[in-house]
Amino acid sequence: MAKIREDYENSWWPRFLRWLRGGSTRLDDQLQEELVESSEAHLLQSPEEAAQMERQAEERVQQALQDERNMYDHVHDWARLKGARLTRALYSILAVVTCFAIIYVLLRTTSFLPPFGDPDNPVNNEVSQRYIEAGMQETGAVNIVAGMILDYRAFDTLGESNVLFIAACSVLILLRISREKDGSQSAEQLLVEANDRMYEPKNDTILQHITKLLVPIVLLFGMYVIMNGHISPGGGFSGGALMGAALILYLNAFGFQKTERFFTFRVFQTVSLCALSFYAVSKAYSFFTGANHLWSFITPGTPGKLFSAGLIPYLNLAVGLVVCCTMYAFYTLFRKGDM
Amino acid sequence: MSVLNILLLIFIIVCAVSVALSKNLLVAIVIFMSQSLAMSVIWVMLQSPDLAITEAAVGVGIDSLLYFVTLKKIHAIDVEKEQEKEGETNHGENS
Repeated sequence: MAKIREDYENSWWPRFLRWLRGGSTRLDDQLQEELVESSEAHLLQSPEEAAQMERQAEERVQQALQDERNMYDHVHDWARLKGARLTRALYSILAVVTCFAIIYVLLRTTSFLPPFGDPDNPVNNEVSQRYIEAGMQETGAVNIVAGMILDYRAFDTLGESNVLFIAACSVLILLRISREKDGSQSAEQLLVEANDRMYEPKNDTILQHITKLLVPIVLLFGMYVIMNGHISPGGGFSGGALMGAALILYLNAFGFQKTERFFTFRVFQTVSLCALSFYAVSKAYSFFTGANHLWSFITPGTPGKLFSAGLIPYLNLAVGLVVCCTMYAFYTLFRKGDM
Repeated sequence: MSVLNILLLIFIIVCAVSVALSKNLLVAIVIFMSQSLAMSVIWVMLQSPDLAITEAAVGVGIDSLLYFVTLKKIHAIDVEKEQEKEGETNHGENS
């Protein structure tokens, strides 16, 4: 059983708590005690003495308030005259010191780095040698980078895609303006949209024609970068970013009414979730069967073919879809708090 | 290192310093965009075209778009316009 000290109420912690809650100060306590005492003694005193005691108490309260006011004035004067100047001087000195410290640390670290492109660098060890020599046979990807990030180190890439998804979710939590319960737009939403439309280019002919030319090409190039990720440089992240940029360009030129026909919040949810789950499940399957030498229908295939390299093209597609959706979601959420 | 490479690296440093020093937020973002563009050219010269594509799409496109939208949301662009207008009217009164 916990022992409670008898004078617990007067120890420093409860007093600190009382002060923190904005409770009574010492003066209030004193007055309270005196009031209790005087009410007991009141019966024994004549009315004149009682009135005098009250007057004295009143004077003391006034005196204490005056003292407090003087103290505040003193502190404020100090803060205004000397404190501000002192803080500013300290701030600039600390800024300069911090700046030079960071510059020194960075330069010092750079001087310890191995020379650029030296074959004896520590990165050129047996791991990268193995990737370069056996990567194509083992993963079936001509592009070694794709083979590395989506086969040998696919777990890292799953984490990266999840980080993007979580970032989109955080933006959603922060910036989304909720609809009314019956699904119609709330007043705040309408206000934000009206504010948003003030700057929106309204049927800008030049922008719309350039967009009509550019968007299909950029989307096609993004798809090509994603689907050809295991053959040529590129992959899910680059292609997804390209497709997201194309969607944002389309949105800027034609407004929300056109994009809402094919990209709503439900589409974002479905696509992101399906892509991430597909990635996780398929990679779990391949890790499980590959690591335990079980029978697996995932084979590297012929290197250089479009449908080769096992799971890599499909994983690239999943990553690309997640990145594309996230980019577009960022933009729409920043603009009007909804999709 | 070729001359173009050195020029691009100097350009990047100049951009980075001027982003920090520019008073106008809109101008700072545009300088930041041009820095990303130079960076993507450097990625191509370092023989990593995939990074160049990503830098061009994310650094130049999406990043700066998000900055623009944020500036608009916090009314940083409006304020500057209003200040310019006020400056013009004050100037007219003085003359």
